[in-house]
Amino acid sequence: MAHGVMAPSYGYGPRPQAQTASNFELWAWLFMRISGIMLVVLALGHLAIMHVINTVDVVDYQFVVDRWTGPWSAVWRTYDALLLVLALIHGLNGVRIVVDDYVSSQAWRVFWMSLLYVGGFFFIVLGTLVIFAFTPQK
Amino acid sequence: MQVTLRIQRFDPERDEKPHFEEYQADVEPTDRLLDALNYVKWYVDGSLAYRRSCAHGICGSDAMRVNGRNRLACKVLVRDLGNPITVAPMLSFQLIKDLVVDMEPFFAKYRALKPYLIADDPPPEKERLQSPVDRERYEDTTKCILCACCTTSCPPFWANGDFYGPAAIVNAHRFIFDSRDHGADERLATLNERNGIWRCRTVFNCTEACPRGIKVTEAMEDVKRALMLRNI
Repeated sequence: MAHGVMAPSYGYGPRPQAQTASNFELWAWLFMRISGIMLVVLALGHLAIMHVINTVDVVDYQFVVDRWTGPWSAVWRTYDALLLVLALIHGLNGVRIVVDDYVSSQAWRVFWMSLLYVGGFFFIVLGTLVIFAFTPQK
Repeated sequence: MQVTLRIQRFDPERDEKPHFEEYQADVEPTDRLLDALNYVKWYVDGSLAYRRSCAHGICGSDAMRVNGRNRLACKVLVRDLGNPITVAPMLSFQLIKDLVVDMEPFFAKYRALKPYLIADDPPPEKERLQSPVDRERYEDTTKCILCACCTTSCPPFWANGDFYGPAAIVNAHRFIFDSRDHGADERLATLNERNGIWRCRTVFNCTEACPRGIKVTEAMEDVKRALMLRNI
């Protein structure tokens, strides 16, 4: 019988018990919902600031310096860090689900999953480092 | 009226793979698709194979893909289907012949989620009473007729046949939320496994396909919320 499907129980014997499973997929599901709601606010706010209130002519290195060193520095750095972490994990988890559903070859699964985890970890560390260790160059 | 039926045919003893054949059927506009299929079988080509039993939308035997959508042949009228009408078997299951597929994997999953009352308390003298409010909690999922329209319209199920699929989960829902039942924990533990409820991607094909009008996706989300409240 296929993996994960148990044989039916008949008569008065013990009922089949589930394997002890982790709650990983449950947390992933919950994360997608919470991060999704937060990203609506964060990403639309980002869009409004960068492309509606300001234009691409104004947004340059100095623009970033002003935001990250001004009196609201902590707020903007937190905003950008949240946007980075939530959007990256939200997107990569979506790709993980697509890979899980549609890549059946074990070798390709290992390849894609490794790439997703390593890539995700690398960009989160790199991005967070840039956001919080940033000091303006003269 | 004359309608053209494009029916997928497959005879395992002759054919390597399925193909479509066209048939003319002489039917009333208010006839059901099942009547048109019967016309073909009784007057044109007796070798056509399909399942039917009650013919009144309650036994769940004649689910098939009609113009690309899962329908019960006995619940759709010819006049609502255009011309020609394309009829094919449900996806994801092994073809046996023509429109007949092997339903055994479907019922194996149904049984695996224990679709029966699990009550550990001693049986009462007369019956296990339940308030109308408690009864209403799972009313929607009692309507399932196990036709497999939902499960075979589910893209995650097409991609991975080990997923329990909406129909099995609908029937687990019917007992998980029954106040007289004590088996919710073991059913939910099974549904928390790798091929359990989290394979659901909220596509809503199941809700669209259900000939009984069960809000299938809502029932799936109900189960996810129950798992969340229990495990977090």
